[in-house]
Amino acid sequence: MLDRTLTLDQRVALRPEPFGALAYHYGNRTLIFLRHPDVVRVVRALDGDATLGETLAACDIEERRWPSFATAFSALEESEMLHEPTR
Amino acid sequence: MSRLVEQLKGGLDAPICLTWELTYACNLECVHCLSSSGRRDPRELTTAEAKSVLDELRDLQVFYINIGGGEPMIRRDFFELLEYSVDNGIGVKFSTNGAFIDADKARRLAAMEYLDIQISLDGTDAVTNDAVRGNGSYATAIRAMEHLRDAGFGEFKISVVVTRHNVDQLDEFKALADSFGAQLRITRLRPSGRGADTWHDLHPTQQQQVQIYRWLVAHGDDVLTGDSFFHLNALGETPLPGLNMCGAGRVVCLIDPIGDVYACPFVIHDQFKAGSVRDRGGFAHVWKRSALFTELREPQSAGACASCGSYDACQGGCMAAKFFTGIPLDGPDPECVSGHGEAALLAASSAAVPKPAMDHSKPTRVPVTIGRRVTSGAGHQM
Repeated sequence: MLDRTLTLDQRVALRPEPFGALAYHYGNRTLIFLRHPDVVRVVRALDGDATLGETLAACDIEERRWPSFATAFSALEESEMLHEPTR
Repeated sequence: MSRLVEQLKGGLDAPICLTWELTYACNLECVHCLSSSGRRDPRELTTAEAKSVLDELRDLQVFYINIGGGEPMIRRDFFELLEYSVDNGIGVKFSTNGAFIDADKARRLAAMEYLDIQISLDGTDAVTNDAVRGNGSYATAIRAMEHLRDAGFGEFKISVVVTRHNVDQLDEFKALADSFGAQLRITRLRPSGRGADTWHDLHPTQQQQVQIYRWLVAHGDDVLTGDSFFHLNALGETPLPGLNMCGAGRVVCLIDPIGDVYACPFVIHDQFKAGSVRDRGGFAHVWKRSALFTELREPQSAGACASCGSYDACQGGCMAAKFFTGIPLDGPDPECVSGHGEAALLAASSAAVPKPAMDHSKPTRVPVTIGRRVTSGAGHQM
């Protein structure tokens, strides 16, 4: 997962909340809870060029926490909030 | 309890699920109407006021709203408000009885984005449905569904309030929804509004509660419930899909047609009124600062249910269901599946049962006797 490059769908809005953020996909009307401010920070940092691992490193996320981010990325991809960049 | 649910109980910066009832006017007079709707209230929000509420919701990043009534399509500015909302990035799901969805309107609705429609239906046949929703309302709802299907609207929703009389039709409701390519939504009957008068006769029996739980465990992933059956979680190991918590004032609220803000759509009563969108500071101030919502976001006492092993599963049930049956808010749900509801209902003095804050029901038609009134004779009815 972490060697892949994903980007946030343009139809997704992020709303900051005390626990992190709500992510809402206007296309498929899915609501997802981003349950840590760091997840929000990383998702906002996805630029469609760097891999997920590179973005985590750039955001100073400790490597021992990467597996939990991989789980979050999978959930976000499954709900089409993240997808591979269209070239 | 998950950390997320714990955090949600502390409240969000803006609601996730906001219901906005646009008018108290309605062509129907359903016997369980949550808002006792019927007649328009002269104080209802103007188009300009409604638009400024939508501006606020956009700024708060409320992603979508649930519009209801009354019958929202009765408002002359219904489409204007719908388009204004969607154009501002606020998706809309609106509830309707379908009376105003003809072929033309269905095409207009089908052309819009970020729009969901929920047609209310409380029986899979006219007899069952019309007993609750009024004569002809079954045929009206089905006709609206046909118009939506013919217009290519896509997946709309069929919304059912589960009662003692339609609980055996859950499979048929599902089949009906499937036949229209629609999604089924079932919700809990609340003793709110006119429902206070009919709840005792309509609410599912203890045995039927088990039936609903089993049905939801089997079909829950394909069926929407608005999280309304969380009190049933005490029945088994399998939690029903959803957050399983009372969202009132925490993630949910109601704006009523005159702009008053209540903790949820089922508690239109002064005790649960947090303020008004017409107050200084508008909706945002009510949501973020009102004394009532602040209090609802504090940890709640388990009260009489503290010693019950099921409290973690059922959370003491629905605040509105307790309130309008006269049960203390820290008492058991009147439909408590462990059987504590019946004693609580008996203990609740009927004199103490709160009445809804407002009643917009149409005046009862009293049959007029023409000619000489018969006042004598045996068998005179008291």
